Parts: sequence; structure tokens; C-alpha cells
Amino acid sequence: MVMQSRAFPAIEIPTPAQIAATANNGPNADGEENMILSMGPQHPSTHGVLRLVVELAGETVVNLAPDIGFLHTGIEKTMETKTYTKSIVLTDRIDYLAPLSNNYAYVAAVEKLMQLEVPERAQVVRVLLLELTRLNSHLVWLGTHALDLAAMSVFFYAVREREYILDIFEMLTGARMMTSYFRVGGLAWDTPADFIPTVEQFLDYFPARIDEYEDLLTNNPLWHQRTKGVGVISAADAIALGLTGANLRASGVSWDLRKAFPYSGYETYAFDVPVGRNGDIFDRYTCRVQEMRESVKIVRQAVERLKGLDGLPFITADRKVAPPPKSEITYSMESLIHHFKLWTEGFRPPQGSAYVGVESPRGEFGCYVVSDGSPKPWRVHFRAPSFINIQALPHMARGKLVADLVAMIASLDPVLGEVDR
Amino acid sequence: MIDRATLVAQVQAQFPTVIVGDESGDLALTVGRMHLTELAGWLRDEPDLQFTFLNNLCGVDYLGREPRFEVVIHLTSITNVMRIALHVGVPENDPTVPSLARMFPTANYQERETYDMFGIIFTGHPSLERILMPEDWMGHPQRKDHPLGYEDVAFTHNEDLIYANKPFAKE
Repeated sequence: MVMQSRAFPAIEIPTPAQIAATANNGPNADGEENMILSMGPQHPSTHGVLRLVVELAGETVVNLAPDIGFLHTGIEKTMETKTYTKSIVLTDRIDYLAPLSNNYAYVAAVEKLMQLEVPERAQVVRVLLLELTRLNSHLVWLGTHALDLAAMSVFFYAVREREYILDIFEMLTGARMMTSYFRVGGLAWDTPADFIPTVEQFLDYFPARIDEYEDLLTNNPLWHQRTKGVGVISAADAIALGLTGANLRASGVSWDLRKAFPYSGYETYAFDVPVGRNGDIFDRYTCRVQEMRESVKIVRQAVERLKGLDGLPFITADRKVAPPPKSEITYSMESLIHHFKLWTEGFRPPQGSAYVGVESPRGEFGCYVVSDGSPKPWRVHFRAPSFINIQALPHMARGKLVADLVAMIASLDPVLGEVDR
Repeated sequence: MIDRATLVAQVQAQFPTVIVGDESGDLALTVGRMHLTELAGWLRDEPDLQFTFLNNLCGVDYLGREPRFEVVIHLTSITNVMRIALHVGVPENDPTVPSLARMFPTANYQERETYDMFGIIFTGHPSLERILMPEDWMGHPQRKDHPLGYEDVAFTHNEDLIYANKPFAKE
């Protein structure tokens, strides 16, 4: 047995049953009893169907246990019964605020398994959309986080700008939220003619809006009182708890998968990784707001590149994976056979497994795919960042006030679809 | 910074029973469950390695293969910018694996999920309870032989068919 090293803290993550069993039922030193409060699952500040079992001594949180699973839909199990292409649709539903990040993690894992080359144009469009998704998700986080702390206007502004991004998604994929746009080997179809001008219009409009949010919050003393020094997590604790994304970077660990294990050509884009210092809610806020500015930079670079790649292929030419263009089917017998085989049977990746982690808005969104050589995945597992990050709640909240609990939940930015899958 | 070849040499010197393999380009170490805690602790605490970050822990059911289950763990070294996979075989008749939850607190929920879905028991876990499925659920749904059954419907015309496929649906 290995000794617990000093740098590695032991962190208790209780279950609801443990709270019920260990909470003292008799009076404490002040002659008062601790109370067990069930917060959620239908509580507006829990951002979905999260239930917290909180043991309270007066207004102080003694202990807390998240109760999850209300939204479990068996996505991983369902994917085992669908072909690789049909499974993409299910990945949208995991983290419904960042569907394209999920699409990407899944197709990237299959591509890694098949050692498939993706054309440059597809890679650039993917980067562009992954960053727009990050903006989309961060806007919802910002709006709801501010709303939870009673700053209502920010929510209206953030949702207003999010509509522009959803319009771009709609023009591209026909769907505002459930995009399913990426395919193994590239994209589902080419971008429409007015795609680049629309994105440029958004880029001209958006940075000034970030300033507007910052005007409302960054120097607001009320905001400081609710966020500074609240919900602090040290760097060592953040690593031990497996936090990723802005939650980890706010604690001072400069770790971004786009820089550490670059994918889809991220190593060729110029951008910074904002890092916090104190690991409190305010630092998580500033990290995410700065990340929005960096995302705008990346989208701008991607748009410039995309202009030079007009008319180039958007999906791999490997006909064993990607279907031929419809026009080819009318004159080529071989193409017709490929089309028929792909849509009835699907393609067969080689036996083996692959893990890919991508920097989703919430942190490391990992996908582990196991193939047995058949057209359906043998096993797909998603490393959902919200599921892991929610474990930090008891550690953050112990000994703190119950009113700050709401701020702590929002600062972790959990999406319950992803927690429960 | 340590490279892959040096790491492989060190692992082979320290743990001769570990099988070094490849997982789509990433280093994969297949380790017996009796050596898991020792290997994971060594990877975490060795000053040159510092695989302090546990990304992912999940189970896989290879029905028809021996050992039937596999627990897959992905570890990252932030200082070395390297990710490795640990594969641990788990037989069906004794589905136990030593828990890493005390070594890596982040493994707590992931081990609970793996227990919930595959019935793999992590010995030494502080609170091995179901996490996603209801507490009174029978069986472990991501096992390949878990009956998929049918929906519980309000009508009785196919009641026999439902209970034949899903015996525990009957209260």
C-alpha cells in the first residue's frame, strides 16, 4: 500500500445516505439541532435536476452530498446498438449547451481509432464552431450565474447575444441546439454561401458586448462581495478532485488541452490561456470572461483561413468511411454501392480502443471508444466534466454559508444532462 | 520532461509483470489487479513522473472473453504533458478491484458509476453505492447480458412477453 503523500489531500465526498446516517439528531453545543435540507431537484439555482442533501447548523453548511441520476438516459448503452454515424445524434444530448464539443470528442475518438486524416477545411470549420460553442455555453453560464446572484439584466443581455450564435448554428445545420454537424472524417455538409459574412458580422458586434457584461459585473462591489474569497479551491485540491477547464485554471494551474494535446490544428492558432490566482468564484468568473475574448480571437483567425480554403473538400475522400456526393451516384456504380453499404451497414473501424479528451466549455470532455471490428461500437464512455466537477461541491461548501452554496454551484457551471448522461 | 521510451524502461524495471502496449498511439499498461495500487501510487508519487491527474476511469464488458471485464484508467502527468492508460482485467466470478478513490479523490464518483453499471466492486472505496441508477434497481445495466426488456406499459395485452424478458419488472 502506498502512503498518502502530503501534497495529495484526502477529500471526503459523502453520499446522501451517509449524510442521513451521520448527521447528529441531538442538540449541539448551542442547544440547537442540525437540520437536513433537501435542496432540489426542482430548485431554480441547481441548473437542472440536481439535488443536494445539506446538513445545516443554523446557516452554516456542516456537510453536503450531491444526489444525481435524475436525468440518466443511458446514452452510452444506447450507442452500443447504433452504427457509428447514427450515434453522433446522441452525443448532442449529453451537454446540451455545447453539442458541437460532444460531437467533436466522439468523432475524434473514432478517427483516432481508424487513423483517419481529416481535410484542412473541415479542421478549420471545426475549430471555428468549437469556439462558437464555447461562447454559446459561456453566455448561458454568465447569464444564469449572474441571475443566481440576483443580477438580472446580465441574463437578458447574454441570452440576446446567444441568439446570434444559435442563428449561425441554425443556418449551418438546421437545428439551433441539437446540431449533429460533425461526421467521422469531416463535416456533414458544406457551409452555406453566407456563412462567413454572418460570422464576421457577429465578430464585429460581439467584443463590445463582452465589455458591457464586464461593466455590469467586474468592478461591481456587490458582485465582489458575493464572489471574492468564496468557494476557494487550492491548486492541489483541484488536481486531486479532477477539476478541469476554467475551474482548474482559476486555481492557478495553466492546463488547457488545446495547448497540451492540440487537436484539429489548435497548435497553429495564436491565443492565450487565462489563469487565475486565488481559485475563488471571482477568478472562475474572470477566467471564463477572458476565455470568451480568446475564443473571439480564434474564430477571427479561423474565418481568415476559411476564406483561403473555399471550395476544398469538407470530408475525407475515403469512400469506405464517408459517403460519395449525391451527384456521383447517378453515374458511378461503385459510388452507389458505397452509398448503399454505408447507410445500411456502416463502416467498420479496426479492433481496439481510443481515448480522446477535448477542451469543452466545462473542461476535459473525454470519449473512450472500444471497437470489436463491427459497424457498431462495442463500448462508448464519456468522461463528462460536469460529473467530475460536481464532486468539488462538498469540499467547497463545508463550513460556509448556505447562501453562498448557490454561487458555488453556478461557478462550477454544471450541465445536468452531462452529469447523468 | 520524460519521454515514452524512458517511462517504458522505468516501468519494466519496477514492475516486470506489467505488459506494455499501445492504445491508438497512447501508451497502455496492462496490469494485474494486485499490482494496481502499487503502480498507480508509483506513477503518482515518483518525482520524474507525477501522473497526479486521473482523467477517466470506466469499465468495459468483454462478454465471451476471459477475463470478462476490464477497468480502464487514464492518467495524465501535467508536468510531462503525457497521458497513459492502465488496463486492469477483472474476472466475472470475482469482480473486485482495489479502489483508487483514496489515492485520487476524483475516482470516487467514477468508481461508483462503474460499480453501478458493471457491478465491479472497488474494495476500499469509502461509499460504494449506486449513483446514476435508482437505488432499488436490479442488475447492472451496462453489462452486455443485462436484459433490455420492454417498456412497462399500462396495458396488459403483452404482459407475459414483458415479464418473460424482464422478470424483475414484476413487483
